[in-house]
Amino acid sequence: MTTPILAMKNVVKYYGDAPILNGISFALFRGETKIIIGASGSGKSTILKLIMGLDRPDEGQIFVEGEDISKFNERRLVSVRQKIGMVFQESALFDSLTVRENVAYRLYELGVDENEIEGKVRQSLGFVGLEDAIDKMPSELSGGMKRRVALARALIDEPEIMLYDEPTAGLDPVTSKKINELIITLRDIKSVTGVFVTHRMRDAFTLATEYATNGDGQTTFHTEDNFICIANTRFLMLHNGKIIFEGPDEVLRRSKDEYIKRFLA
Amino acid sequence: MTWMPVSPKAAVKEVQDVTFLTAKAFASMFRRPFYVRDILTQMDIVGVGSLTVVMLTGFFTGAVLTLQSSKTLTTFGAVAFTGQLVAVSLVRELGPVLTSLMIAGRVGSGIASELGSMLVTEQINAMRALGTDPIKKLVVPRLLATTSMLPVATVMADAMGIIGGLFTSVFVLRISANLYLARAWNGLSYMDLFGGLLKPIVFGATVAIVSCHCGLRTYGGTQGVGRSTTQAVVVSSILIIIFNLFLTRLILVYTR
Repeated sequence: MTTPILAMKNVVKYYGDAPILNGISFALFRGETKIIIGASGSGKSTILKLIMGLDRPDEGQIFVEGEDISKFNERRLVSVRQKIGMVFQESALFDSLTVRENVAYRLYELGVDENEIEGKVRQSLGFVGLEDAIDKMPSELSGGMKRRVALARALIDEPEIMLYDEPTAGLDPVTSKKINELIITLRDIKSVTGVFVTHRMRDAFTLATEYATNGDGQTTFHTEDNFICIANTRFLMLHNGKIIFEGPDEVLRRSKDEYIKRFLA
Repeated sequence: MTWMPVSPKAAVKEVQDVTFLTAKAFASMFRRPFYVRDILTQMDIVGVGSLTVVMLTGFFTGAVLTLQSSKTLTTFGAVAFTGQLVAVSLVRELGPVLTSLMIAGRVGSGIASELGSMLVTEQINAMRALGTDPIKKLVVPRLLATTSMLPVATVMADAMGIIGGLFTSVFVLRISANLYLARAWNGLSYMDLFGGLLKPIVFGATVAIVSCHCGLRTYGGTQGVGRSTTQAVVVSSILIIIFNLFLTRLILVYTR
């Protein structure tokens, strides 16, 4: 049987006396995307921080490529983090560094050659359509541009897994669509495994119903229909620290659960 | 004040956290990578950036000390010893303590607010996610810069204090410059200089560790950043004054 690239087993996490996550278990296979939905404060971002090793579970295990990282020390986590890219909720760009330095940050840390860094930075910024902003400071960028730079920064080392912490929060529909299309491209063209956290159902369903194809070097986007159904993207819904739903969008929409119905309304 | 630990358990936890941070920072100093550029940048901010405020403090403290002490010395007919009194007071006590307090205010607040802002905007988490140890990248350069530049700043403050005293002696007290400087020079021993340089090293480490600790445990958004900044300055200043007592006692025991 194939080993999941990412898995959580009975994870419990407390903030104060109350558990924010209470027995969370799920698995994610290579090339799949998991959309985690739930109300604010339901522990969605905590799951991403636990996967990245930025926080530790109080109970349970977290597996990345079959390795239990829950007991890893900070130094061992560095090698795990090199396989994972993360886009933070508010971009989290280093405000004292230029866009170029932000995007190249991981490569500088790895001691990569300066010429190679320049090429990779331009390629990564080109992917998000922001090559012109290379010399700007984060303060000169709009919210949407910041998210795209954060995406370029996370992608610089071509990670196998991408974590997106509400990457479209607070953005207008046009910019959100652009970010969603970049994430779909990564999933469908580059086969990057992803965990997408959001409470915006419109973005979640866009990801679950749209797909990208690449013909003649041109990426085009389509919506699933009666003939094509996206099978690599599934929902996971959190409520009171537990998973109350796991499955595809079609089943989620038909759910009889009162809380889910209210959430989707 | 909100900083005061609410229970003995919280106080012990606070001490434990500071001890861990100190141990991790010192251990990280000897491990690659070495962020030389960050260390030099911080040295510029702490040293060159504080020069004006430190020199002004030193100059006027020396000048006031000369005026105040001359009155008492005149009573005993010992006004000629003004230079010695000013030099010894400045080099042993006033120079290190006042410079450290000024740097705690100027640099300590900057460190706490910068790290606090980085924490609440998730830049520190982003740094960790990108494979960087924040203690190595942020704490170590600030610790090295403050510890190395505070003695330099103290020497500048001492020198400016003696010059300030010289101005007052010559133009107000009418003591000859030669007499003042000769007394100042002869009054100082090597142990005075050693003590005067040891103190700012300890105080520099104190300011850096306390400020980094306050910044790195910021919570509660921008309001929390303000709280951390105030705590960093208050705690650093109090510790400088307390440590000064113990260091003075230690130095006096060994220089007896």
